Amino acid sequence: MPPEAEPAPALRCVDLRRRFRIGKRVVVALDGISVEARRGGVTGLIGPDAAGKTTLMRLAAGLLLPDSGRIEVLGIDVARDPLAVQARVGYMPQHFGLYEDLSVRENLDLYADLQGVAPSERSTRYADLLHMTGLGPFTGRMAGRLSGGMKQKLGLACTLVQPPDLLLLDEPTVGVDPVSRRELWQIIDHLTRGLHTTVLFSTAYLDEAERCDTVLLLHEGRLLGSGPPREISRAMEGRSFHAAAKLGRRKLQERLAGLPWVVDAVIQGGGVRVVTAAGTAPDPATLQPPVPDLRFTPVKPRFEDGFVARLHEKVGRRAPSSPIPAEARASLAPGGDGEVIVVEHLTRRFGDFIAVDDISFSVRRGEIFGLLGANGAGKSTTFRMLCGLLPATSGRLRVAGFDLRTAAAPARGRIGYMAQKFSLYGDLSVGQNLRFFASAYRLRGHRRAERIAWASAEFELAPMQEATARDLPLGYKQRLALACALMHEPGILFLDEPTSGVDPLARREFWRRIDALAEQGVTVLVTTHFMEEAEYCDRLAIMAQGRVLATGEPEAIKAAARTATRPEPTMEDAFIDVIEAAANKALAA
Amino acid sequence: MNLLAFRRMRGLLRKEFLQIWRDPSALAIAFVLPAVLLLIFGYGVSLDARNVPLGLVVEQPSALAASFTGAFGHSPYFRPRSFLTIQDAERAMRAREVQGIIWLPSNFARRAQHGGNAPIGVIVNGVDANDARLIEGYVQQVWATWLTAQARAQGHPSPTPLSVQPRVRFNPAVSSRNYLVPGLIAVIMTLTGALLTALVIAREWERGTMEALMVTRVAMREILLAKLIPYFLLGMGGMAASVAMAVLLFGVPLLGSWWVLGGASALFMLAALGMGLLISSVAHNQFVAGQIAIITTFLPAFLLSGFVFDIGSMPGVVQLITHVVAARYFVAILQSVFLAGDVWSVILPNALALAAMAAIFLGLARAAFRRRLD
Repeated sequence: MPPEAEPAPALRCVDLRRRFRIGKRVVVALDGISVEARRGGVTGLIGPDAAGKTTLMRLAAGLLLPDSGRIEVLGIDVARDPLAVQARVGYMPQHFGLYEDLSVRENLDLYADLQGVAPSERSTRYADLLHMTGLGPFTGRMAGRLSGGMKQKLGLACTLVQPPDLLLLDEPTVGVDPVSRRELWQIIDHLTRGLHTTVLFSTAYLDEAERCDTVLLLHEGRLLGSGPPREISRAMEGRSFHAAAKLGRRKLQERLAGLPWVVDAVIQGGGVRVVTAAGTAPDPATLQPPVPDLRFTPVKPRFEDGFVARLHEKVGRRAPSSPIPAEARASLAPGGDGEVIVVEHLTRRFGDFIAVDDISFSVRRGEIFGLLGANGAGKSTTFRMLCGLLPATSGRLRVAGFDLRTAAAPARGRIGYMAQKFSLYGDLSVGQNLRFFASAYRLRGHRRAERIAWASAEFELAPMQEATARDLPLGYKQRLALACALMHEPGILFLDEPTSGVDPLARREFWRRIDALAEQGVTVLVTTHFMEEAEYCDRLAIMAQGRVLATGEPEAIKAAARTATRPEPTMEDAFIDVIEAAANKALAA
Repeated sequence: MNLLAFRRMRGLLRKEFLQIWRDPSALAIAFVLPAVLLLIFGYGVSLDARNVPLGLVVEQPSALAASFTGAFGHSPYFRPRSFLTIQDAERAMRAREVQGIIWLPSNFARRAQHGGNAPIGVIVNGVDANDARLIEGYVQQVWATWLTAQARAQGHPSPTPLSVQPRVRFNPAVSSRNYLVPGLIAVIMTLTGALLTALVIAREWERGTMEALMVTRVAMREILLAKLIPYFLLGMGGMAASVAMAVLLFGVPLLGSWWVLGGASALFMLAALGMGLLISSVAHNQFVAGQIAIITTFLPAFLLSGFVFDIGSMPGVVQLITHVVAARYFVAILQSVFLAGDVWSVILPNALALAAMAAIFLGLARAAFRRRLD
């Protein structure tokens, strides 16, 4: 044992490298990481998909060997003595490592047996864990029948059945609802403050970084920075502003994003959040033509500002996002500002399970409408019904004036659909995918050539024509998918979790395109579980357990959660309020 | 084994049995799959020719010709049909209405009575070589029987100085089912054994539970043993059910002793499960594991175990390959135990080979399973 006074760091990496061979390709997962994470508290491993988070976790758990370099956990060289490390860490893999056809109690028993917990200690240990996770009433339920949030807590309880010195949690909050996410963080706080466990926590959600004591920022296998999140935000002091003008937030964002001194411009509330380049102040005079009523108000920097600024420095500015041509496309969606999507009392059952429970909402032409909810809230089922892929059990659905019960095919012709998972042909090249989808939408001759040329130019895919779709970076895959969905110039665009896993810069670029489409009159319906993304929508509906709990403009939904102690609630606060209010109402009834 | 290791094993075993009970796919592989395959192959695959449609052409009817063709009518193997000319008969054969033609030319009776060589034409459809050979054999048999009867009736001694007295050992009824079914059991159990372990471990990879197990204090050999024990019992249950089907449903005689059958089956099951474990160390999803199991166990067992296709008549290289097919040894033991009894000169060397194969597969699986994901 190392002396108590100076415990070895929880994690120490020295020039750590690891690559994988996938078929003929070599993917570099970790490209020379050197970093140290101290004992105690929560160290966050922050980065988008393919940043190397899972590889680093598995290396720390002794499940992989490094190609070169060194990794030490709790002062032990993992490559040399993985068993000694495994005896002292608890590791929860991405899917929680639960046996779905075993009950909560049986899962706990199994892990207690495997971790060598004496039977005499078990009853108090289980009582603690069940109390902490709130799973007490469900000990007899099969793990497979728990909700996502409950599975995540059971997975955590199983890794904690023998208290570890270091807890490794690999993306435990992916797709979990905000209420469960908040509860998980309460458990983690309890573990670190009360029991002095060290936690290594990986996530792609930047807002979770602010809850960590230290963060390691990863991007494409490299370390982008490390330190307490507060310091990363503090470095941005004097660079974060809120911009507002009568122009309208979307037009204003479009104008601001093109300026050389603007590092980041995203929609927030009624205006635009702007991050300026290091050492520059906002200069409204550079806007041509001028926006007379433009005002900049300094705001407190947040973690994401720092992350995006660092990405800019390291990666350099992305290909200058050409202002998206605002060619007037009157032909797209004829007919004023009418309601393009109308959903009334829509219900869908699977056996005795109600996936979508009596929901109603409508979307106007040119509007971006968001469905916000956790996995299992019923978003995807709603989508499939709107696309005419799944018949409704009851209720009414009108898309572009067509009733989906009687005219699914003509309605589908007006819809562009971008599925949640990459649904293009991975073995085909970019050009082949574009040509295939053009043919699938029955475009011919001159028009086909025109649309393919449009897609290549608009989405900057021309240099990638010959690249195999599977090998594209995630951001490009997403562009290609959007290009294919827009091939037949649909007036309505359905986007199912379009930005999950992509880095913040790619997400911003994607949303700029969506904004531009909406400006041209395309109606956009988007599902997301990113709270922040909900702010980009004109209106949104909060969904949970198949129901719509609230509908309205993001600002109005947030305003409803305003209290004396919380003058500026976040979207997540509002979401949790709405869900708790619904739960209380159900309890009262 | 210390107390902690004992608890780990108990925990893993309890988990495995609970899963078997709650997710019926393992039970289906152990019991339903062998039953279905046995029914399909047991009833569908038969090497006996019965009621073969046969064309008879008698160009000039005579008492002698009538008695000869009558002999075919009495045989259970043939369903004769008369044609007036050889052309008609050949047309019927081309239409696959008859499998063979017996042709008695117009000079048949005359030459037979004058002690000359009476010609008989036998034409057999050779598309299915196996059937063709069988028909040929049966025709000759009918012909020999008839000839002997004729000679005896005329008070002559047998026209041929030798008489063949066929005596079939080990399968007196010469029913192909009796030797096919034991061989089938070996083939089916190869697949079942490999699928059981390959699929359940692939499922653990798929659901990420293997990854979680590896970071607990459990040892790899404990994980393997906890898979081997339950699925060994399950596989032996399936084996017992298959033997019961063979004896009770297909009426295959079981001449050898139960304990020899059980012992050999246990060795074989270990080899098959070991093969499954080895597969699951490379195949981390159930679909791939299933494909590999079928290609590497079922097909070789079917083609190279000697259960239908005699190993002795294969080319030398292929004969060499059959030595790595565990089913080959088990087929030999099963056919002996079912049809001949405990013939130790057959059972011992084959059982030794099975034990060696089980040891090799389990040893390789143990070496291939490391506590790492790459």
